[in-house]
Amino acid sequence: MRFGVVVFPGSNCDQDCFYVIRDRLAQPVRYIWHKDKRIADYDCIILPGGFSYGDYLRAGAIARFSPIMKPIIDFAHKGGAVLGICNGFQILLEAGLLPGAMLRNDNIHFICKYVYTRVENDSTIFTNSCKKGQILKIPIAHNEGRYYIDENGYSRLKENKQIVLRYCSRQGVVSDEYNPNGAKGNIAGIVNERGNVLGMMPHPERSPEASLGSDDGIYLFDSIITWLRKVI
Amino acid sequence: MIKPHVYHSLGLCDQEYQSIVDILGREPSNTELAMFSVEWSEHCGYTRSRKWLKLLPKKGKYRNLLSEDSGGIIVDDLAVIFKMESHNHPSQVEPKQGAATGVGGIIRDIFTAGARPVASLNSLRFGQLTKPYNRYLLKGVVDGIQSYGNCLGVPTIGGEIYFDKSYNGNCLVNAMSIGIAKKDKVVRARAKGNGNAIIYAGASTGRDGIGGCSVLASKEFKEGEEKRPAVQIGDPFTEKCLIEATLEALNTGYVLGLKDMGAAGLTCCTSEMAQAGDSGMEIELERVPKKEKDMQAWELMMSESQERMLLCVEKGKEKTIKDIFAKWDLQASVIGRVTDDGRVRIKYKGNVVADIRARALTDSPIYDMPYKKPAYLDKLNKLDLSKIPLPQDCNKVLLKLLSSPSLCSKKWVYEQYDHMVQTNTVVLPGSDAAVIRLKGKNKAIAATTDCNSRYCYLNPYRGAQIAVAEAARNLVCSGAQPAAVTDCLNFGNPEKADRFWQFKNCVQGIARACRFLRLPVVSGNVSFYNESPKEAIYPTPTIGMIGIIDDVKLACTQYFKKEDDVVILLGLCRAELGGTEYLKIAHKKVRGDAPALDLRREQALQRATLEAIRKGLVSSAHDCSEGGLAVALAECCISDRENMVGAVIDGLTFNSRSDAVLFGESQSRVIISCEKKNVPKIKTIAAKSKVPFRVIGKTCAERLKISRRDKVIVDLPCQMMSTAWSDSLEKMIF
Repeated sequence: MRFGVVVFPGSNCDQDCFYVIRDRLAQPVRYIWHKDKRIADYDCIILPGGFSYGDYLRAGAIARFSPIMKPIIDFAHKGGAVLGICNGFQILLEAGLLPGAMLRNDNIHFICKYVYTRVENDSTIFTNSCKKGQILKIPIAHNEGRYYIDENGYSRLKENKQIVLRYCSRQGVVSDEYNPNGAKGNIAGIVNERGNVLGMMPHPERSPEASLGSDDGIYLFDSIITWLRKVI
Repeated sequence: MIKPHVYHSLGLCDQEYQSIVDILGREPSNTELAMFSVEWSEHCGYTRSRKWLKLLPKKGKYRNLLSEDSGGIIVDDLAVIFKMESHNHPSQVEPKQGAATGVGGIIRDIFTAGARPVASLNSLRFGQLTKPYNRYLLKGVVDGIQSYGNCLGVPTIGGEIYFDKSYNGNCLVNAMSIGIAKKDKVVRARAKGNGNAIIYAGASTGRDGIGGCSVLASKEFKEGEEKRPAVQIGDPFTEKCLIEATLEALNTGYVLGLKDMGAAGLTCCTSEMAQAGDSGMEIELERVPKKEKDMQAWELMMSESQERMLLCVEKGKEKTIKDIFAKWDLQASVIGRVTDDGRVRIKYKGNVVADIRARALTDSPIYDMPYKKPAYLDKLNKLDLSKIPLPQDCNKVLLKLLSSPSLCSKKWVYEQYDHMVQTNTVVLPGSDAAVIRLKGKNKAIAATTDCNSRYCYLNPYRGAQIAVAEAARNLVCSGAQPAAVTDCLNFGNPEKADRFWQFKNCVQGIARACRFLRLPVVSGNVSFYNESPKEAIYPTPTIGMIGIIDDVKLACTQYFKKEDDVVILLGLCRAELGGTEYLKIAHKKVRGDAPALDLRREQALQRATLEAIRKGLVSSAHDCSEGGLAVALAECCISDRENMVGAVIDGLTFNSRSDAVLFGESQSRVIISCEKKNVPKIKTIAAKSKVPFRVIGKTCAERLKISRRDKVIVDLPCQMMSTAWSDSLEKMIF
């Protein structure tokens, strides 16, 4: 199984994702250059965090027009696993692969810190190694992470079990107090209806081992690997 | 004939102008005059400081590496390159862009040496937060640092912030960056090899930042003066691409030299690269990419537009290098060639607009500045402790100190900085020193910045030594062997004898402490003229220091880990209160002498602490500094917000006043916590180095209690201390 990590100009978590997959999980992984018009034979594509195109205009708004996005959209439509982290999530929203939009954090500041998230759906490609209700300690680092969707859209997300992660307390309580950025319904991560595209604001690649504060990020990568082993 | 007011406005004096005429054997052209004015400014040429900077030691325990624009040490097969630089004046004028371009500039100094930037720190000073402009400065500076650093993907892992009225007219923004390279991949900032190409890469040149180094950084502020146009504007996205493109270009092996166009822009790059490579350079300004129309030659040579670099590239390999920059959508143009005549020759529109021996530009004059001990100092140093009333309620004083601007938690600031990107940050901000691991190795780097400028004001020589000692102590408490220093020397107007005396004494102090502790000063920066008509800043020789942790698993943090650990104090509490935060906050007094410092005791303390940590005997280690023992103990209890641990401290000896024991800032003290079974071993280690050792209490749940003999004098719940400490900065600025 092969992982691809897309490099946009301004991506800055590409090397961190690459490192976790290659060095921590011992899986084959390659970088994908944003100007490429085709993608090789990948099983999972990661859109990493960072500031693609400097986040000028609006986070993800320019990256979505990169040549590589067309083949990535095709890949997603065919059911390929796509994981967008932070800026990657923002790009997936801009590209229409996921519903909703990102607003500026409600405190109007960049926030970098460890948060807790609760697994709401443990049957996705990305969370099958977790248990429903499990609490994952994973850091966030973003300026625009306040997920927004209208009421109808929110209802649909709930009905289809598309909400995968919500911000919560250390004990798993989901409430405003533990919502770091004002995201609708404490949403930290959602999948598309088909379940093969996940966007999440927390950075699983930053919590790959206890020495960095948490190794909970590994659950997500392990889930992908488990799923790929089954389908390939 | 050039009129005096012209060269005066460029910051040159009559004597300097005459030297230029003598060197050239003729009147300089406008372009030449501009070039001399920036190269001979204090900022680029260190004209006033150089004589004293020579005192700083260059040798230490690790092999060091000195380059033109930065320096570092060799650790195994790696070069750890680091440097700190000021961006004070621009930040005072335009805080967001001033700070942002400060970060951008120092990071360029690192990657143009061939090293990938892996961490940043910053040391900030502001005036009182009660003044709206200072609040604006703090918010703007933090915003600038976060917007630039976060976008680059270089974690901002640590630093310090202090507030004092002496900074009311001049804030300080000292940015430090650390980079890592394979030791044989380090590049120099030089041009060599007749005929090789000079390539300009990065952003276009505009009129921004003209005279930044000579006019802005080399003069005092006057009331109401408009200097905003001299501040540069940063574009972190371009710089991020520049980092990746540059490191990729260096991998080809065709880049022979490389330099950031920072202060003094193209003038500095051309003359200093030529001089460093013992060669000359011929530049065609028409080929320089420009942002604006009709730019004059002198403007092009002086511009400090950001995110630009100059490369010396092997002849015939120009296309390979240009293609790499093009891949990252960056422009790169061949703008000239290396020559062998030692001259910098600048052509524009068919004319030679400057033709100067490179060395004449870089050999700036050295001035022997007069200095004199300030008259106020003897009186200021006198402190009669009998006139200082003892506090009635030590709980109140402790809470007041914990919530004071300089001592309170800086969480509001560092949570705005991405401090985790690159996934190496093993010790997050909020401990004595930040620690980053070296991927693929067992080792880690600890880094800190330090300077108590109030001590330096009261006693520059000792204050500067304390800055070095404390930085080293911070590193030791994180389990690191202190390895090397970068210094950022912030002072007032050097033309005033009392200010220069402060500078001279501080440099001597740093030199003495570094020599004693075997720490080389591998890079640094001087910032003078931090002075408004009302006052000069406190002398602030900021010390940036890195240390090496041999086994990352033994990295240590400052906070108590669990209940029933034994709390030990290494070192002695003396009967001294001079220059303390306590005296300032509780008694509104800034006076006395800086705390005593005995470098031999300091070294012994550090040796013992490090040995105990390296043997895995220690659960936590924390340096006692501003606010004294009581504040340090409180920090041990509350700085891990998810796991606060209390303590009962009942074993302190009170040989002197209780406030001196609780809040005095005696040097060479460390608080350790450990499991009971390790106490004898730590005691033996301390005895071996003759370090005063005392069990002062043990950790427990929820509260910090400190008693004097049988009387409890401090008794506070951790939660209450935490609230005072964590939330106060935000309350003061909004």
